[in-house]
Amino acid sequence: MLNSIWPIFIILSIAYGIVSGNLEQLNNSFFDGAQDAVTITTTLLGSLCLWSGLMSIAEETSFVKLISKAIKPLIKILFPELKNNNKITQQISMNMIANILGLGNAATPLGLKAISSMQKENKNKEELSDSMIMLIVLNTASLQLIPTTVIAIRSSLGSTNPTSIIFPVWVATIIAAIVGTISAKILIKITKKKER
Amino acid sequence: MQFIKFLSNIAMPLIIFLILAHGIVERKRIFDIFLEGASEGIKITLKIFPTLVGLFVAISLLRGSGLIDFIVNIISPLLKIINFPEEIMPLALLRPISGNASIAIATDIMKNFGVDSPIGLIAATIMGSTETTIYTIAIYTSSIKVKKTRFILIAALLADIAGMAASVVVCRMMSNGFS
Repeated sequence: MLNSIWPIFIILSIAYGIVSGNLEQLNNSFFDGAQDAVTITTTLLGSLCLWSGLMSIAEETSFVKLISKAIKPLIKILFPELKNNNKITQQISMNMIANILGLGNAATPLGLKAISSMQKENKNKEELSDSMIMLIVLNTASLQLIPTTVIAIRSSLGSTNPTSIIFPVWVATIIAAIVGTISAKILIKITKKKER
Repeated sequence: MQFIKFLSNIAMPLIIFLILAHGIVERKRIFDIFLEGASEGIKITLKIFPTLVGLFVAISLLRGSGLIDFIVNIISPLLKIINFPEEIMPLALLRPISGNASIAIATDIMKNFGVDSPIGLIAATIMGSTETTIYTIAIYTSSIKVKKTRFILIAALLADIAGMAASVVVCRMMSNGFS
């Protein structure tokens, strides 16, 4: 994916920057971008280590089993490939719970742990497996119960009712998640047929 | 409001508390296990870093060169046809690629059009219901060094489009119902 998108983004930007005479800003953008990556990575490093460590503890206790039992039916539908792989199912459960609770800082490390376990079972290491695709789609759908960041912004801007956003966000998130998972399922089926 | 604030503040401490409490009750060597897991976190971060440098430079260029604004200008007449609010367009375009930029734009929209105006509500709903899709895909795929990503981008972007369209429709219905 990035092999084609990445150079196109950059080449078009440079071309447009030259044509529109935005050269100074264009030059700064290179270093700003690289600097942004460092900033994000340092933030990620801490939370990734923290949550990988906490997840390791959780995995060794019955806590994770309790949580994954609760959302097992949903996982069975979305990840039929996994069948009874308990470890991966538990990691996905933790990732989904973190997403639902709005713990973005925890959800990403937990999701990355789940996908690295999936990679160990993956037959073709060069290609995303069906369950990996489902995991990523779920994580791009932003399944959170309370959109805390937006509520905070709204309240800082003096909204009369900052939390009135919750209901529309639920509707939109659920629609996005349904469209995402269904189109992933359909695309999985189509590509499978082609291979045969 | 107060209760929701409390709920979102208690979520993380409570989970950590429960994990550690289970570990103690079940007599695990908690800190040793923690260290093992945490060092795995370093490996994952190092794997992701080069991807992030590449991606963020590209995104920064898209914005710095003014190309994003140019695209917005081209697309907006099209959007008028499907009745998608033009004011939201920069947000809709940037949302999948940059988290920080989209927060900045959404805040700006809410400020300019009013937090509780229909446009302000739509911007907030889009922020709450979608993710930084390309960034998410990039870190997940680069952490396991996968080359073929199949159709993941299509599925994820379809979800984003559906979420944005739903945001517009629901917010319009809400504002109409209130006034």
